[in-house]
Formats: sequence, structure tokens, C-alpha cells
Amino acid sequence: MKLLIKNGRVIDPSSGKDAKLDLLIEKGKIVDVKAKIATKGAKVIDASRLVVAPGFIDMHAHLREPGQEDKETIATGAAAAAKGGFTSIACMPNTDPVNDNRGLTEYIISEAKKRAVVNIFPIASITKGQKGEELTDMADLVDAGAVAFSEDGQSVENSQIMRRALEYSKPLNTLIIEHCEDKNLSGEGVMHEGYYSYLFGLSGIPASSEETIVYRDTMLAQEAEANIHIAHLSTKGAVDIIRNAKKKKIKVTSEVTPHHLILTDSYLESYNTNLKVNPPLRSKEDVQALIQAVKEGIVDVFATDHAPHTPDEKDVEFDKAPFGINGLETAVSLLLDRLVNKNIISLKRFIKMIATTPSLILGLENKGKICVGADADLTILDLNKEFIVDVSTFKSKSRNNPFQGWKLKGIPAMTIVGGKIVYPFTSSKNF
Amino acid sequence: MAFKHKHLLGIQTLTSSEIITVLDTAESFYEISTREVKKVPTLRGKTIINLFFEPSTRTRSSFELAAKRLSADIVNFNQQASSSVKGESLKDTILNLEAMNPDAIVIRHSCSGVPYFTTTFCKSHIINAGDGSHEHPTQALLDAFTIRQEKKNFKDLKVTIVGDILHSRVARSNIFLLRKLGARVILVGPPPLLPLEFKNFGVDIDFNLDRALEGADVIMMLRIQLERQQKNYFPSIREYRNLYSLTEKRFQRAKKKAIIMHPGPINRGVEISADMADSAKSVILKQVENGIAVRMAVLYLLLGGKEREAFD
Repeated sequence: MKLLIKNGRVIDPSSGKDAKLDLLIEKGKIVDVKAKIATKGAKVIDASRLVVAPGFIDMHAHLREPGQEDKETIATGAAAAAKGGFTSIACMPNTDPVNDNRGLTEYIISEAKKRAVVNIFPIASITKGQKGEELTDMADLVDAGAVAFSEDGQSVENSQIMRRALEYSKPLNTLIIEHCEDKNLSGEGVMHEGYYSYLFGLSGIPASSEETIVYRDTMLAQEAEANIHIAHLSTKGAVDIIRNAKKKKIKVTSEVTPHHLILTDSYLESYNTNLKVNPPLRSKEDVQALIQAVKEGIVDVFATDHAPHTPDEKDVEFDKAPFGINGLETAVSLLLDRLVNKNIISLKRFIKMIATTPSLILGLENKGKICVGADADLTILDLNKEFIVDVSTFKSKSRNNPFQGWKLKGIPAMTIVGGKIVYPFTSSKNF
Repeated sequence: MAFKHKHLLGIQTLTSSEIITVLDTAESFYEISTREVKKVPTLRGKTIINLFFEPSTRTRSSFELAAKRLSADIVNFNQQASSSVKGESLKDTILNLEAMNPDAIVIRHSCSGVPYFTTTFCKSHIINAGDGSHEHPTQALLDAFTIRQEKKNFKDLKVTIVGDILHSRVARSNIFLLRKLGARVILVGPPPLLPLEFKNFGVDIDFNLDRALEGADVIMMLRIQLERQQKNYFPSIREYRNLYSLTEKRFQRAKKKAIIMHPGPINRGVEISADMADSAKSVILKQVENGIAVRMAVLYLLLGGKEREAFD
């Protein structure tokens, strides 16, 4: 079955394309890109007034399967991703049990093949059981399909083990992703430490708990001459450290989430547990520094840190609620509305940070670009459509999203994975 | 008289005139507790639940007596005997109690924000009897009532608050209240328990108690929890006592007519020497006595009166 996408504004940062073009898709690949394509027997999609972009890639999601299927499954997480405009997502290993071996990585890949409407790329843990003691069999895991390694939810506490992981990862052409947090400093903290934590009487997580580890890891990466990717950057100090590291040509990349770019610690006045996230929502100054970092290109990618939790888990005392924001279905609209529509970044930069660069960082060869021979993973955007966030319409199994009721302009209108239209949904499948 | 709140969650959301309204109302209730028959029918037929998830003697008894002296029915909810130890969620516990149709729930909890959280799913009036490190509004109101008895005016009064400011809901509520009424507040404590950010609440900060006591009108000592030492907020009780304990010698630096306050319970010989706690300058037991009148006023303003009915 051939698919012809006509008259869309095709934006592909990898080649610099930004023009009204037709796209022809066959057998899951892009087979032609030019101004007017005439072909017979193709299903035609009229994309006039729409933007056609390379499929969006979320480097940072929690799919909870295996072990916490009450929060999310591979199938529901993938459906949420498709609705949110993502064609590929990388899933973090903090499942139960932890994804620290070939068996689990293969399980996730095979489940995804059966039930997921988008591409799923497993990230394996750096240490066995995420205990921070022994490295996982990284080569075996890469062979099984792990695209990166991370202890997400925590740091590798022991600096020597982190150093070994960075060294060992080099010939494997894989990536170490670090959640930067010194647990001794963050302790019992539940929100950013500062004026508002003192005002609300909540225990604080100081910026230094993130910054000390960001600094340590960039130094370790420099010594090891290895790549490191810093997850969910949240403080001004961390931005400065990465800016300096990049100047020194240290191979560091980083990501930022929509919530850290849009919300501040002052929102916690409501004690709304859907705002409880780790790293925490930071101060206004931190948010300004993150936006500046996005403009300057210090931050490389947008990622959701999609962290579903059930309503019951969140409907408790603030101190007792789990950390996490359910982000797959609002990320694209939030970034379009708050960054692109406000002219903070161009649409092209936005696409670069959510498709092109993630594919390069994760080494996904035929993804993140629109050219002949590339995988037919596409995200089609309607920049003019407005909608109001309504968590009850989420495809995710959970509802913990603090943007409920927000009016946003710009939505993912269609998601195509391997040449197949996976959103809008045509059947009600098993999610 | 204006007090248009459904709940009392904290001092931060009150205006100075609302605070004065509570104090004036407490004034009129004060005398009831000195009568031979310590009871008026004001809140007859109202039901109040005392819901304490943290140990408390003073505050719980004070609310109970305040309710009883206004003829309300009050039920004490004991954490140990409750379902929360059986794994019931806080929300379910409170919804079950609400199903019994109380008019007000007085709630104390070790987590900040719980009273506010409760208002999101409860119809009853909610009164915060202390939430985590956040607020303890009735304590600040009874402290203000006591200060007013002794000092008449708040304007330019120098109030020195000493101790574990970081974790103290009493300190926060007092800071908000005293600033609203125009007093000058100086906070003193070991630096790890006194973040500089507190300056943004409109107070001064000093790490030297002797200096901070110079010319003080009111000295408010906070209980130092002994377990803080284990987390290295200060090196030892001995060192804490040397630097931050209120002794007779230190007290000399304050104004002659200065008063000593403490929300209790006291660690004698730690944050305050026994002779200071028992001295004529101490109004610590007055605070406890005044607590009843202030809580009667709060219950009355939230639950009683014709104006109240009009508002509801």
C-alpha cells in the first residue's frame, strides 16, 4: 500500500528542507520527496495547511511494564505516544524487575512488536538491579537491542562505577544517560529548595543536588572521552556547567522537559501532587536559564520524562505522593504553544530538538529525517488548531498531568509509523 | 466584624483586620472560662471532630475544651486507634468521618498541606491545628492574644524568635501574623535551621542570640527536637545550649519588661533554662490559658453567629 502525502509544508532540519512538497511512502520507507508527485494506486493524504515533520522521538519515557501495569503498559504508553505525535520512544529500565539483562530487553522488544503502535527502544540499566554495585553485561544488552544505559530515577552514586561505565560504553557505541541527583543532598525533599519550599513548609531539594552530579559526570566523561547525556536538566547552575563543558568539547548532550520549561515552584501553592516531580519544578530564574539554554542550543533535545502513576497513588498527602508527570500527550502542544508560538524558538529548531537530534544521539540511523530511503516515521502538525487539555481523553492508563484545563494552540494531527497511520486511531485495538 | 472564611488554614491568607477580629472575639470569650459554670449555648447542636494524626496534648485538649465551653459536641479521633494503621488512605479516613456529618474538622498532620488537601474533597469547615512545617494558625493567634494582653500594641514591637525556624510551623504562622500587625521580627538559630531566604518574609536574621536579644520586647523560644542533632543541623545539645539557650544572663539584654514565650512542650535546660521558664517574665502558662479563648473565637467565627449563617 502506497501513501502519498500531498501539499504539506515539509520541514526536515537534517537536510534544511522547508518547502511545500509531496511525500511518497512505500513498504515503510520514504521513496520520493519532491514538489509534485504523480502516482497511481496510493492512498492520498491532503496535508495543505499542515506541517510534515520527521517522526518525533522521546528519549525519556517510563512505560512501567513489566511490573507496574496498573500505571501503564507498553501498549497504552505507545498509544499515548502516537496521540502525542511521537513515532519512537525510549523506555527507562526502572521496571519491576529492572531491565538489566537480555531476557528483559528482548521481552520489551517482542511485546512492543505485538502491541505497540510506535517504535519502542529499551534503555537498560547501568548496574545490575540498579543497585549501583556491578555493571550490567552492556555488550550483551546492546546486542539484544538496548539503545542506551541509565539508572533513571537515581544517579550512579559511586563515582568509580560511573567512570567504569563511561569507559566501557565507548567501543559499544552506546550512550550513558544520567539522572543527576545526590541523594544525600536531596534527602527527604519533595520540591525545589528555596523561598517557596520555606513558605509552604515542604522539604527542599537543593539545586546543588543536581549540579554536583552534572559537574562530576562531565568531568568523568572528559577523562573517559566518552559520551554522556544528562537527563531532564532543571537548574541554572546545571545549564552553566553544560555550557562550559561544551566549550571544552566534552561530549555531553542534554535534554529538558516541557514542565521544567513552563512551570515554576510557585505553582505548588495548591499542594497539587500532579506537580510533584523529580527533578522538582524549579525557580523562575532556573526556568529563564533553561529557556535561554534552549535558544542557545546548550540543551539538545526535548524529552517528556513521561512518568505515569495511578490516581490513587497521587490522591494523597503531598509528602507521600510518588514523583512524576504524565507527559506524552501534552508535550508537543505545550512546546508549540509556549516556545514556537511565542517566537522563543523557530518551528525548525523545535523539530530539530524533538526528532533530528534525538535520533542522532541514540544512533537511530534511518529515523529523524525526511529523505529518500529513510523510515516512513512522520509527525504531521496542525499549528492552528486549539484544544483544551482534558486528561479524561488520555490514552495513557494514568492521568497525572498538571496541565489539565490549559488551552493550547498547535497539535499533532497525524502520526505515521513505518508508513502506517497510527493516529488518529481507526480501531479501538487493545488499549 | 468581618471574617469571611469557610476554613482556617493559615495566617498567610488572613488580613490584619481579620486577625484583630479573632483577637477581639477571643477577648469576649475569655471571661467564660473564669465563670463557675464554664459553658454558653453558642454552638449547641454543632458537631466537631478533633482529627489528630500527630501526638498533641495542649492543642487537642484546648480545642476540646473550647468546643465544650461553647456547647458543641466534639469527638476525638485517636491516630493509634484509627484505620490509618490498617492502611486506609488519609482521604478515605476523612471521607468516612465526613459521612457522619460533622460541622467542622480540626486537623493536625505531620505533612504540610494536608488541611488544604482536605478542603478539596470535604464539605466541613476545616481548621488547621498544625500541618507539618507549614502553619499553626491558632498558636500564632493565641500568641498574639497573649502579646496584646501584655504589650497593648504590635507596632514596632521587637519580637525575637529563637530555635529551629526551618521546621517550625509556629515560627511561620507567627512571622506572618506579627509582620501583618507591624511588629519587627528577628529570627535566631543555627544556620542550618535558619535559611537566609527567610529574609524575604520581611524579617531580620541573626545567628548570635546575645545580639538579637538587645532591646527585645518579646522573646519566643521554640522547642528544639533532639533528633535534629542526628541529622547534623547542629553538632551537639551542649553546643546548642551554649549558643542558643535562654538564660538569665542573656535575658538581661532584652528590655526590662520583656516577656518570654514558648509554644511548648519545653525542653527544660535545653532551649530555655528552668529558672527562666518559671520566672515572672514567662507567660508560657498564660499562652495555654489564652488558647481556649482564641479557639472558642475561631470556632465561633467559622461555625456560629447570624452573620455566619448569612454567609453560608
